[in-house]
Amino acid sequence: MSTVTTTSWRAFLSLVRIEFRLNVREPTGLVVGLGAPVLLIVIFGSIPTFQTAQGALGGLSPLDLYGPILMVFTLSMLALNSLPLRLATYRELGFLRRLAVTPVQPSRLLLAQLTVHATVAVAAIALILGIGATAYHLRLPGSAPGLIITLVLTAAALFPLGLLIASSAPTAKAAGAIGNILFFALAFCSGLWWPLPLMPALLRTVVEKTPTGAAVQALNDTIAGNFPSLAPLAVLAAYALVFATLAIRTFRWE
Amino acid sequence: MVEPVIDVRGLHKTYGPVVAVDGLDLSVAPSEIFGVVGPNGAGKTTTVECIAGLRVPDRGSIRVLGLDPQADRNEVRQRVGVQLQESALPAKIRVREVLELFGSFYRHSVNVPELVESLGLGAHTDAYYRALSGGLKQRLSIALALVGDPEVAVLDELTTGLDPHARQQTWALIESVRGRGVTVVVVTHSMEEAEQLCDRVAVIDHGRLVACGTPAELREQGGGVTRMSFRPSGPFVDRLLTSLPDVTSVHRQGDRVVLTGTDEVATDVILALNEAGIRARQVSIESSSLEQAFLTLTSEDSPPASTGGAA
Repeated sequence: MSTVTTTSWRAFLSLVRIEFRLNVREPTGLVVGLGAPVLLIVIFGSIPTFQTAQGALGGLSPLDLYGPILMVFTLSMLALNSLPLRLATYRELGFLRRLAVTPVQPSRLLLAQLTVHATVAVAAIALILGIGATAYHLRLPGSAPGLIITLVLTAAALFPLGLLIASSAPTAKAAGAIGNILFFALAFCSGLWWPLPLMPALLRTVVEKTPTGAAVQALNDTIAGNFPSLAPLAVLAAYALVFATLAIRTFRWE
Repeated sequence: MVEPVIDVRGLHKTYGPVVAVDGLDLSVAPSEIFGVVGPNGAGKTTTVECIAGLRVPDRGSIRVLGLDPQADRNEVRQRVGVQLQESALPAKIRVREVLELFGSFYRHSVNVPELVESLGLGAHTDAYYRALSGGLKQRLSIALALVGDPEVAVLDELTTGLDPHARQQTWALIESVRGRGVTVVVVTHSMEEAEQLCDRVAVIDHGRLVACGTPAELREQGGGVTRMSFRPSGPFVDRLLTSLPDVTSVHRQGDRVVLTGTDEVATDVILALNEAGIRARQVSIESSSLEQAFLTLTSEDSPPASTGGAA
């Protein structure tokens, strides 16, 4: 039993190592997931008026609104674009089928993919907050546990959605297209083009029921210095539960 | 009777309305090189995928090393190396990396540099997968099936895409793997491969076993004949040859003599001619091939197009 466990963890670590290398060699997902939000924080930070606190925003600067949006942007980019494209490509190649006849438990590959994507997400979020705070006076979340819990729940909702895309798309191309559409829809809901506090009340109520809207709402609470309110966390948890269940049921290796 | 390494009984597998495998029995002995041949769509790949545990049979039983590929998933995968048709690798993975990666999945793995050398991949260990030629990709896929030091190797389309040199090299490698006691199952379209490499061959058609035996036995079942023709150095009467027990027919074509008989016919004819002081020139001997036997065995109501060699 212990040899089985050792072998399977050794397999997992090898998979993580290879996945990191492949991601660096074919850095599409990595560049966009890591680079785009960092680039955006620099662009937004460089707009002079973006650093000024505004009464209409409850004393926050426009940039402060974009901190949470960009964190969610990173997670959705990695979960909805990078992850499904990679898995669907592996399936299309027959690589998943090939792995399925080795002793590596299929779940280990998923876990390795999630590990790589989560690591990139953590790095991107650290860069957003680090660069934002040091260079552009971005206000940091006041509640670290609140921040972490929100990010974990957001990832738990979005990554299984990415797996669902990977399993429902017939080809890698389709997975890329579906991922893109969902990404833009959810980016709107996160307030990328129209921040939540400025949305009409009705629209805001609706988008706060989406995973990205709820995530930004909860992160806004932490920026305001509070632990997130229960409603958005409950929305995220519900999505996480539903998407994870569906993803486990529908995942296919070929 | 030795316990078979692979024992398939009454295997059935359908995909929707399509019956892929229809009550198949197979038994593979230890350290045997066992060939599986059949027309496209005969159910070969489905059968080996069931043996590898990749597909769940609808009915029937499969035992591999005494284990059930479904119930004892992990143990079977540890001990059975599989080469799959149409499975590619990520474009930018290096040869050495993927072999080490797959090696890490197994309790024991073979020495990667040695494996790479034996397959003629030594010069390509740092190459990306996408930079490999079709033949090198094929060799890498064989290497991946062997990297876990398997007791059983199941190889689907072993030498498809390899040039004659690489095929010979691969056959030699498979022989040496068998020499270490590994049982090898080879799915192939190539009768030459079945004949040269396999101890026994199963012919599958329409999901059923139509024949199983050594290549020689199959040739006989397929109505094996040897055709021989030559230009005699002088005149002789046909009776000289028709009286030989191994000769079945003799006729003349211009100045050539054409005869058919068993696979012993050539020696007897030459000896008989020699005794009569006649030399045979421009001799051509054609043994009915396993290919012909295969066509005979699988010809019934299967469309001609499906007996081609392409994958």
